[in-house]
Amino acid sequence: MWRVGTVIALRDETAAVRTITLEVSNWSGHVAGQHVDVRLTASDGYSAVRSYSIASAPNPRGLIELTIERLPDGEVSPYLTQELVVGDLLELRGPIGGWFVWRTEQTEQIQLIAGGSGVVPLMSMIRSRALAESTARFRLLYSVHEPDAVFYKDELQALSDSDGFVTVDYVYTRAAPKGSIRPPGRIDAALIANTTWPANLLPTFYVCGSTSFVESVAGLLIASSNRPGNIRTERFGPTGERQ
Amino acid sequence: MSSHSNYLDGNAAAGELSNIFKIDVTAAEGRCGNCGTTKHLAEAHVYMQGPGVVARCADCEHVLLRLVSVKQRLLLDLRGLMYLSIDTSTASEQ
Amino acid sequence: MAIVSRGFSGKRHAADKKLPPGQYLTTDFPVLSAGPTPKASLENWQFTIDDGAKVLKKWDWKSFRSLPSETFTVDLHCVTRWSKLDTTWEGVSLDALLSEVKIDASYVFVHSYGDYTTNLPLNDLLNNKAWIAFRFDGKDLEPEHGGPARLLVPHLYLWKSAKWVRRITLTHEDKPGFWEGFGYHNYGDPWREQRYWGE
Repeated sequence: MWRVGTVIALRDETAAVRTITLEVSNWSGHVAGQHVDVRLTASDGYSAVRSYSIASAPNPRGLIELTIERLPDGEVSPYLTQELVVGDLLELRGPIGGWFVWRTEQTEQIQLIAGGSGVVPLMSMIRSRALAESTARFRLLYSVHEPDAVFYKDELQALSDSDGFVTVDYVYTRAAPKGSIRPPGRIDAALIANTTWPANLLPTFYVCGSTSFVESVAGLLIASSNRPGNIRTERFGPTGERQ
Repeated sequence: MSSHSNYLDGNAAAGELSNIFKIDVTAAEGRCGNCGTTKHLAEAHVYMQGPGVVARCADCEHVLLRLVSVKQRLLLDLRGLMYLSIDTSTASEQ
Repeated sequence: MAIVSRGFSGKRHAADKKLPPGQYLTTDFPVLSAGPTPKASLENWQFTIDDGAKVLKKWDWKSFRSLPSETFTVDLHCVTRWSKLDTTWEGVSLDALLSEVKIDASYVFVHSYGDYTTNLPLNDLLNNKAWIAFRFDGKDLEPEHGGPARLLVPHLYLWKSAKWVRRITLTHEDKPGFWEGFGYHNYGDPWREQRYWGE
């Protein structure tokens, strides 16, 4: 059940966020949206397990990427984002999850809504779509505290410019960029109306972030006549870290 | 709905459940034995920082499922679910 | 067989006091629960002692808070392996509460708001070993830690210290509670490391 991955690359996304590339033995592939459980074990046997969404698209070489946010009071994330070096081994279990996934056979419009680190599994879906022979159209509504907190900014820019299959809208909840029309604030009904696929197109929604973010957004989506059955959710912990 | 958002959802329990189930049951639909609501197990409210995994109905908070790992044993309590319904055409093996 | 993660030790701290076997010291106060935090309204809050057939004594918040209370410092040991030392509480002792009822029982079954339950021998509530606590660290007990009031029985693993306590039933027979009926030790003494069934 537990496999071993070797760290082959590290890349900082922001000051507190690092992407780890792992080569995993006997990896059978994954579907966008799935996660792995990572287990760290101290020399005295003490262990801690945390779940992390796979950030990368399925890859024939058995490589996966995990994007991890360092939490100030975390037990595992400081180790993964600061201590781990190339060549280290990481024990993991997965891929896990069969409901919060996007499969390339899906043809309907896709609406992705991310709260902070909730963007990670959604990025796997975007990357998967970019590589697939698919005509599905994506929209991403990405909520962050401030501009510096955005993950994958350049890549998202490039994808929305070139391919055009994905449109990205940012929401800033604490500090907005200079010249922003919208003042800092959380996602509300007006923003849902302006930036997401309308309900009559019967899109599939994927909402990911902290529990309170997900509950709030799901409530807004249902209030704008979307069917609950079309809304898929994944809750990270209250701080955004999956426990 | 809880006033404190101290729960995760069934997605978070999928790893622990994979110790028992060959397929991913979080994609299965379960009917709550208390209120009859039928939802995917991935949508359940999951409390798992304590002594075990407790999955509760998102509508009525009734306990659907409990899972604990004690010494060399896994204990599973499914009394709260009237049934689990699995789509075998899409069920992913793990 | 788990592989050891180079350089990982977790958030554990060295303790200057001996801890029960298998425990680690924590300096924060983890919030662990089996269910949602019940919404407390002090106007509706009640604490009841019954014998399974009839109510023996009942307090509302006002009458409960007019009882003599004490401030005390104890160590907490959770079965998930963290221990938190020298925690200060204020509460009403079970000795005081039970002195007002005629007792003819060997065990208690504890009910919380919500569906949590736990069980213990009556003796483990007596002689300065248990309280209904309503203040922690000089402040009103937070809902996430069991407020407005929780049972506190620090000589046993913390799952016995039922948060959001509502009712204690005095019984002749021992009936296992939420975790005792599902893998966890019926008694739960941290010093004898009684975590699970079969220990």
